Amino acid sequence: MTPALAVLELRDGVLRKISHEVVTGSQRLGRGVDAVLCASGAVQGADQIGKFGADKVITLTNPAFAKYAPEECAQAIAERAKQGRYRAVIFAASATGKDLAPRVAARLGVGVAADITDLAVEGDAITVTRPVYAGKALLKVKVASQPAVLSLRPNVFTPVERPKAGTPELAAVTVAPGRVVVREVKAAPAGTLDVAEAQIIISGGRGLKEPANFKVLEELAKAFGGKAAVGASRAVVDAGWRAHADQVGQTGKTVSPSLYIAVGISGAIQHLAGMRTSKVIVAINKDKDAPIFKVADYGVVGDLFEIVPRLTEEIRKLHG
Amino acid sequence: MKIAVCIKRVPDSETRVKIAADGKALDESGVKFVMNPYDEFAVEEALRRKEQAGTGAGEVTVICLGPGAAQETIRTALAMGADRGVLLQADKIPADPFDVARMIAAELKSTSWDLILFGRMAIDDYNHQVGTLTAELLGLPCVTAISHLEIEGTKGLAEREIEGGIEVVEFPLPAVLTADKGLNEPRYPALKGIMAAKKKPLEVKPVQASAGAFEVVALSPPPERKEGKIVGEGVGAVGELVRLLREEAKVL
Repeated sequence: MTPALAVLELRDGVLRKISHEVVTGSQRLGRGVDAVLCASGAVQGADQIGKFGADKVITLTNPAFAKYAPEECAQAIAERAKQGRYRAVIFAASATGKDLAPRVAARLGVGVAADITDLAVEGDAITVTRPVYAGKALLKVKVASQPAVLSLRPNVFTPVERPKAGTPELAAVTVAPGRVVVREVKAAPAGTLDVAEAQIIISGGRGLKEPANFKVLEELAKAFGGKAAVGASRAVVDAGWRAHADQVGQTGKTVSPSLYIAVGISGAIQHLAGMRTSKVIVAINKDKDAPIFKVADYGVVGDLFEIVPRLTEEIRKLHG
Repeated sequence: MKIAVCIKRVPDSETRVKIAADGKALDESGVKFVMNPYDEFAVEEALRRKEQAGTGAGEVTVICLGPGAAQETIRTALAMGADRGVLLQADKIPADPFDVARMIAAELKSTSWDLILFGRMAIDDYNHQVGTLTAELLGLPCVTAISHLEIEGTKGLAEREIEGGIEVVEFPLPAVLTADKGLNEPRYPALKGIMAAKKKPLEVKPVQASAGAFEVVALSPPPERKEGKIVGEGVGAVGELVRLLREEAKVL
């Protein structure tokens, strides 16, 4: 079996942390990992990828790669995957990975085993596990496509340092100009952490009673010192209290943080679909029969407007 | 403006998942099926574009790959206002999304569409790729997971949410777009629409799936989460909660 090709991701010219997860996950195939990224030039942090187990770090360069260029990147990566006869091409199932992986896969004449939470090699076959039906079942699939194109659910494959050579290669590539052009990226206000990337998420639901009360959750998030983001249930997003970007659940984001605190959220199936793979779940709700307590590791029953500020104080003490 | 919308019939998200006897599929007995929620955004967007084009200037065709019962899903889209439907009838939807895309692309290929819309993913299999694969097979530009769309002539501008921001993307028509929540507010079919839908053309075409490169090994329930505990009631429980998070769960 030939090595895996791990596709790295950039934001604002810097390697995203999720790239470390992809390199770590790719090693499960056991035949070495080449990492590849598209950039307009040498990339800060690319030399660190060897630390996570990449034998080679290939930077494909083209001026078009200054921003995310979906069609150009797909061409360049598919071309490289063909040349290197890789057994697998592995992406992160991030917003960009979900956009790019099927473009590359189609050019290789295969489908994507998407958003997987586990992978293994059995004999010569690659077997993957993916949550389906709102996380209420796991589908195990044997992927016989050549190559196998996979995307890994973020925050599941914890990066592990396993130093390898990480031999850098900088290769200028030519690509046909794409038709789909990213004109600009409107960044979220500085300091806001996206729920899809946060290690800790504090989500609020209808129990918050009104939009202004989310301040209570924002205070708690702040107490975690930049590691926490504030999420929301569908009910409060539909009511216009919070932005869709913050929604966790089936029609929002799927998250797997190390700590998920659900505040005033009853725990509808469509919400659980988005957060049940969180490592530790805490529920704070005044209704002791709320379904959220069934998936929570720790529950506190009572008035969130008393409990959350006290929790904020305690967390501040720990981090202070 | 000729618009195609590709939709899927999926189990309602509240469905209790029961695994079939073969251990590889959903036991469909007693399951309520609905139109995939993301596809509703796609249907709605197509209808709005058609309405903007003016009377007689637009047509919306709904295409669905699925079993015979998916005719009902197509009728829902027709009741919302789509003009005609095509069911690519297959008893089983292939496990390999590339096969699904090939079957849909084969149907789309014969017509020149201005716009082809999909939902960004189906809530049953979470594949989020059939729209993109189909676009690639048809050689059309594709923008995924759009939450805002403007079209002027043959130029389109879409917004898509990414982690920490919004990407503003330009593309030429014809194009394939996949819809995210936020794109619009899907309408409910009115009684008049439901009556009219019964008379709209719905063509059924049997299709045969190839074997594909994906083989389902097993469908199983997710591992049970360890039984949680109620730490306590009210503010008094906070100290103990923090202790447990530090010492037992080790997340603080």
